[in-house]
Amino acid sequence: MPALTELSDEALIDRLQRGAFAYFIDYTQAHTGLVADNSRAGSPCSIAVVGFALSCYPVGVERGWMSRTQAAALTLRTLRFFWSSIQGDQANVTGYRGFYYHFLGMQTGRRVWQCELSLIDTALLMAGILTAGAYFDGAGEEADIRRLSDALYRRVDWQWAQNGQQTVSQGWKPECGFLNYGWEGYNEAALLYVLGIGSPAHALAAGSFTGWTCTYQWENLLGHDVLYSGPLFTHLFSHAWIDYRNIRDPFMREKHSDYFDNTRSAIAIQREYGARNPHGFEGYDRDLWGVTAGDGPGNRELRQHGRDRRFFGYMSRGVPYGPDDGTIAPWAMLATLPFDADAALRGTRHLLRTYPEVCTQDRFSSGFNPTVESPSGGWLSEGWFGLDQGLLVMMIENYRSGLIWDITRQCPAIRAGLIGAGFTGGWL
Amino acid sequence: MADDLLRRVRPPNWQNPQPRSRYDLIVVGGGPAGLAAAELAAREGRSVALLERYRLGGNSLNSGSIPSKAIIRAARVLVSLRDEEDFGATAFERPATDFAAVMERMRRLRARIAEYHSIDRLCARGIDVFFGGARFLGPDTLGVADASLSFSKAIVATGARPQASSIPGLAQAGFQTSDTIFDLTELPRRLGVIGGGPLGCELAQAFSRLGSQVTLVQNEPKFLPHDDRDAAELLSMSLSRDGVDTRLNTAVVAARREGDAKWLDTLSNGVKCSIPVDDILLSVGRVPNVEELGLEAAGIAYEATGIAVDRYLRTSNQNVYAAGDVCQSYQFTNVAESCGRLAAHNAFGAGAQRQSNLAVPWCTYCDPEIAHIGLHPHEARAQSIPVKSFTIMMQDVEGAITDGLDEGFVKIHIREGTDQILGATIVATRAAELINEMSVIMNAGIGMRRLASILHSYPAQSDAIRLAAMAFLEDRSNA
Repeated sequence: MPALTELSDEALIDRLQRGAFAYFIDYTQAHTGLVADNSRAGSPCSIAVVGFALSCYPVGVERGWMSRTQAAALTLRTLRFFWSSIQGDQANVTGYRGFYYHFLGMQTGRRVWQCELSLIDTALLMAGILTAGAYFDGAGEEADIRRLSDALYRRVDWQWAQNGQQTVSQGWKPECGFLNYGWEGYNEAALLYVLGIGSPAHALAAGSFTGWTCTYQWENLLGHDVLYSGPLFTHLFSHAWIDYRNIRDPFMREKHSDYFDNTRSAIAIQREYGARNPHGFEGYDRDLWGVTAGDGPGNRELRQHGRDRRFFGYMSRGVPYGPDDGTIAPWAMLATLPFDADAALRGTRHLLRTYPEVCTQDRFSSGFNPTVESPSGGWLSEGWFGLDQGLLVMMIENYRSGLIWDITRQCPAIRAGLIGAGFTGGWL
Repeated sequence: MADDLLRRVRPPNWQNPQPRSRYDLIVVGGGPAGLAAAELAAREGRSVALLERYRLGGNSLNSGSIPSKAIIRAARVLVSLRDEEDFGATAFERPATDFAAVMERMRRLRARIAEYHSIDRLCARGIDVFFGGARFLGPDTLGVADASLSFSKAIVATGARPQASSIPGLAQAGFQTSDTIFDLTELPRRLGVIGGGPLGCELAQAFSRLGSQVTLVQNEPKFLPHDDRDAAELLSMSLSRDGVDTRLNTAVVAARREGDAKWLDTLSNGVKCSIPVDDILLSVGRVPNVEELGLEAAGIAYEATGIAVDRYLRTSNQNVYAAGDVCQSYQFTNVAESCGRLAAHNAFGAGAQRQSNLAVPWCTYCDPEIAHIGLHPHEARAQSIPVKSFTIMMQDVEGAITDGLDEGFVKIHIREGTDQILGATIVATRAAELINEMSVIMNAGIGMRRLASILHSYPAQSDAIRLAAMAFLEDRSNA
């Protein structure tokens, strides 16, 4: 098999997309459809990763990596698990009020780690469920998929999640009720609001989206106008499902921009930050960037060249305000293909030439940090994370064929949610 | 040093003067607002009496800005020696902290600064100073000690005090507030700080740098809840870097004492924890001093949140004004002084002025400092004002790079489509100084276009402000 760096762009993209897709074959519990959060032994299921997996199966079908029958069967088993699993306000069940706990035991299908009933992760799961419902348009099992997809989505009580406030909470726990995390400013929650507003059964109250956009920051940053959010993934997650090209909400109409162009600005800022490299991290470059949420070297301190450096574990990193400890997510550049293919491919090729160890079995690790001194030349995250692989499969496909965007444009819930949030123009 | 301070702010053998038959102005409270009001009125030839319950100088001098900044400065010097290697100096050993010396320096500086607000200066201006608890006896009469004083006009400037807490067991366990912590004689080995507002953050960082193991507990998703979110996140990182154990979204639900140790029992999203400490600083806000003033006797309306004033600082008694923390939402020394002068002016002067026109710069003196003036973007958006921020990272400012002080940013918020400056947020080692340039710019009505043409010395950290204006000029939407 030729080295990745020797492949044409199309061949390189195909191989890396297939490598990422294979994560869902390798780390999915066949009878429930639950997918491991990461490839490490003992990893629980992440419901968000399941949402990505459900969205990736149609890609696998269209690319010929799995049969439609296989995909439909796996999808149906997944939906049946979520429909029949226990919902309630007890501490050890699977979900409550149509939402699901962030992490579930791979074998038990129940809450682990005293984690939160997660609104954003439920939204990512529902996005996958709706994608499946829109893609599988045949009879038999495919009809069951559509029925369950609709039922699961209708069951989510988005109104309850507002807890009497204008905007939604980040989560809930049976031990203490709604969580008191601040969730200000633009981020991946755009998807949550669109799905919440689009619900035919328990829609978010009118004004919730406006209430959220009031916390936006429109900035000129490193020479680029941008609706600011530091971590790169926040500019990608909701875009994996929603085609934001040429559709605008009131905020973006005011700014003469759209969320798609905004992600292009975020990429430009990441590249400019990489070029300036203000903290002198190893490897940073205009063609080596991708500061985002992901695994990290762990909490430790190091004194280098007269300055103290602090490193972190799994956390949300961002530019230019930080936190930034020199950790790059190797998958992130390629995930920006639909927005800036030239930057994505230049960066990915530079990365593979310079740090080939970040990609094993055609699959990118979650993070690497060449600034951390070690006998192997830096720190590298062990194994793979499902979120990274799912986002990569979807974004590559949106670049190659627009498949996911084509599917979700036909999804009534997403259309209703966008229109309810005030989006107009373009394909709407 | 204590003698020097008291000699200036509360002489031990002070005898209150014989009252005049009637004063043009009586000021209740000798803090920044009261002093400013009394001095202005005296300068204009009014007969003035100043009534102070405790010490002249108020919270700012005695238990606020001055002592805290002196300690913060000492902590900064100590921590700057950590970076000596980067500047080519390798011969130093890591310094040890002499807490007694730090506190001695603080008291020395406080006594020195007290001279500018001393009783001698007030007396030299012809102001009659009375010490004792003041109380309105009627609409135009005040009592203090054994004396009854009548007035034509009065200004209430009694300030504020640390807010109490209902945390079970806290009173029994014992705790410090800003009123008491500057009297410490030994550095607490472990300090628990309750409250992540400005003072809590400042002192948590300073005591950590001086050598305490500090745990900072904040019952909110971020520190400095009223400040810029990016600034608050930078502060979180800075506090952690300095060794502060930060606990956000965490409530202290109980305190207790077991042997020599105190314990703070916390609850964070359903997870319980107990933190052992040697001392506790309670810093959960301030409440206005409106009690025991007999305000009802003078027909002065008030609530627990303070004395009600109109935009000219006049109370419901037409002859009584209020100024400073007792009636202002902005509880800052600069605001208090300004309002004190405004109240004195409005009490006598023709052409009453409104206090709402003030553009208030403020700063939290952590490292980096966090300063702000004018509107925040979310406040502008709430008023349907289209707002855009031009941001310059200090790491891109050449003067900051050469100084090795490149943490933070300058954000200038403008009304989009114009070059009008609505506000600014600055996070930098010297943000308190930089924000003053923005205060001058905003008060002078200078827009981004003109600001871009104003030369700044080079290299300098303040060049960040000019660079933000240059970014405005280079922005295509402003072409």
